[in-house]
Amino acid sequence: MRSTAALKQQSGKRRIKYTTLLLFVLVIMVIIMTPEITPQDANKLIIGNRLLGPSSEHLLGTDHLGRDLLSRMIAGVRTTVGTSLLILSISMVIGVTLGLLTGFLGGLYDRMFKRIVDAFMTLPDYIFAIVLSGLLGPGFLNLLFAVIAVKWVGYARLVRSTVLQEKEKDYIKLAELAGVPALRIVKKHLLPRVMGNVFVLAALDLGKIILIIASLSYLGLGPQPPTAEWGSMLNEGRVYFNTAPHLMLAPGIAIMITVLIANICGDRLRDKLDVRMKKGA
Amino acid sequence: MLRSIVRKLLELLLFILLLSFISFCLLKLLPGDPVRSILRVDDVAVSNVQIEAMRTELGLNESLIVQYGIWLRQMLQLNLGDSYITSRPVITEFIEKLPYTLMLTLGSLLVMLIIAIPFGTLSAIYANRWIDKLSRLFSLLGSAMPSFWLGLLLIQLFAVKLQILPPMGEGSILHLIIPSLTLGIAMSAVYVRMIRASLIESAGQDFVASARARGIHPIRLFIFHTFRHSLVPLVTILSESIGSLLGGTVVIEVLFAYPGLGQWVVNAITARDYPVIQGYTLLMSCFVISINMAVEVSYRWINPQIARRGKLKS
Repeated sequence: MRSTAALKQQSGKRRIKYTTLLLFVLVIMVIIMTPEITPQDANKLIIGNRLLGPSSEHLLGTDHLGRDLLSRMIAGVRTTVGTSLLILSISMVIGVTLGLLTGFLGGLYDRMFKRIVDAFMTLPDYIFAIVLSGLLGPGFLNLLFAVIAVKWVGYARLVRSTVLQEKEKDYIKLAELAGVPALRIVKKHLLPRVMGNVFVLAALDLGKIILIIASLSYLGLGPQPPTAEWGSMLNEGRVYFNTAPHLMLAPGIAIMITVLIANICGDRLRDKLDVRMKKGA
Repeated sequence: MLRSIVRKLLELLLFILLLSFISFCLLKLLPGDPVRSILRVDDVAVSNVQIEAMRTELGLNESLIVQYGIWLRQMLQLNLGDSYITSRPVITEFIEKLPYTLMLTLGSLLVMLIIAIPFGTLSAIYANRWIDKLSRLFSLLGSAMPSFWLGLLLIQLFAVKLQILPPMGEGSILHLIIPSLTLGIAMSAVYVRMIRASLIESAGQDFVASARARGIHPIRLFIFHTFRHSLVPLVTILSESIGSLLGGTVVIEVLFAYPGLGQWVVNAITARDYPVIQGYTLLMSCFVISINMAVEVSYRWINPQIARRGKLKS
C-alpha cells in the first residue's frame, strides 16, 4: 500500500519529468525554426542602438553593435545546442559502430582497439580538445572535429565492454549455434542491449559538451563573428559588464539552464533504466 | 608485485612514445606555417629567400621521419626545442610557468575541500532535510554553470563592487583567491554529492555497526571509521579528474590573465609556436598519466585483492 505522501511525491516527480521533456522538445523546435522565430535579424547592426537596456522593442536590450540580444540568444540555441547535439550524435555513431564491431569480432583487432581506446582515455580530454581545435584554427567545423575526436572514445569503450559481457550469455551462443548470421545477431540482439547504456551516457554527456563548446568559443576557437554563439557572446559582453550587465547575464543563464535540463534528463534516464535492469535480474 | 610495476612502467614508456609520434605527425600535418609566423613577428615584408633559409635553419626541409628522429633524440635529453617566438628552451619556460598552475590547482583543491567536506558530511548526516536539499540545489546549479562565467561574476562581485580583491594578474596570494574560488566552487558541485553518497554507503557497512556495538563514541566512530572508509573512492575520483582540472585551468588562466601553463599554451596556439604546443601536450599528458598510474600502483599496495583480481582477469 502506498501512502498519500508517497503518491504526492511521485506525482511531483512525474511533473518534473514532463516539464523537462517539454523543455527538451521546445529546444529542438527552436533549433529547427530559428530563422522564423527570431524577432529581428540577429546580425543586423544599428550602431545608434548600441547597449540599450531591455525595452518593448528589444526585450533583452541590444549589444555593443546595436544587435537585438533576444534574436541573438535564439540564434545561439542553434549554434550552441545544435552543434552539441550534432557532436553527440556523430560521436555516438562512431563509438557504437566501432565498439560493436571490435567487441563482437574479438581477437587481434579487439586487442589493438583496446590499446588505442585506453590511450585516448588517459589523455586529458579537455586539454586535447583545446589544443586540437586551436591547431586546426578557429571555426565551426574544426571545433566539431576537435570535440568529436575527444568524445567518441567513451561510447566505444562502453559499447565494447557491454558487448563482451553479453557475448558470453547463453542467448547469443544459442543464436550462433542456430546459425543466425553475425550481422543479424549484432543488429537484433546486441544493438538493443547496448543502446540503453549509450543513451544514458549521451544524456549525461550533453551538458559537458555544451560547456566545452561554450568555453572553446569563449577562447575564440569556435564559430567566428558575427555568428551568434553563447560562449563568444559572453566574451564580447564581458567588457560592458558595468554599463550593460544584460549582455553577460543572458548568455550565461541560458547556458546554465540548458545544461541543467540536460543533466536532469540524464539523471532521470539513468534512474529509470537502473530500475528496469533490477527488475530484469 | 615488482614485476607488475615494471610492466606498468614499460607500458607507460611505450605509450608515451606512441603519443609523441602521433602528436608530432599531427602538428606537421596541420595548416599554418610556423616560418611565416616567426617572420611576421618583425612585421616587415618577407621574401621567399628568407623563408627558405629559415626552413633550412629549423630543419623543416628534412623528411618527416628524420625530423621525428632528431626531435626524439633531443627529447630524450629533455631538450624539447626552443620556442619559435621567444627563442628560449621550451622546458625552461615550462618549469617557469609550472609553479603558477600548480599553485592555482592547489588553491582550487583547497577551496573544493573547504566547501565539499562540511557540506557533504552535513547532507549525509541530515539526509533529505533542508541542508541536504540545499546542497543538491547547489550541486545541480554548480555543475551546470560555465566556470568562466562564474569567474566573471566573481570578479564583478569582489573586485568591482566590493573592491577587496585584485581582479586579475598575479603577484600576491590575493590574486589567487578569485581564480581558486571559481575553479573550486565548480569542482565542489560534484564532490558534495559524491562525499554524501560515499558516507551514506560506508555508514551501512558491517564494520561500522560492529564498531558502534563496541561502544565507540559517535564522533570518533564517524571520523575514524565511516569517514576514513569513504575517502578511498574519493581519492580515485580525484586522481581521475586531475586531467579535467588542469584543462579547466586553461580557460580560467586566460580569463584572469594569470601567467600559468594554460595562458602560455593558448598564446602558443595563436602564434603557431609548434615546439611549445608539442612540449605542453606531451608534458601534461605524461604528468596526468603518471599520477593515474601512481594511484593505481598505490592501490595494489593498500589492497592486495585488486592485484589478485587483475591477475585473474588477464
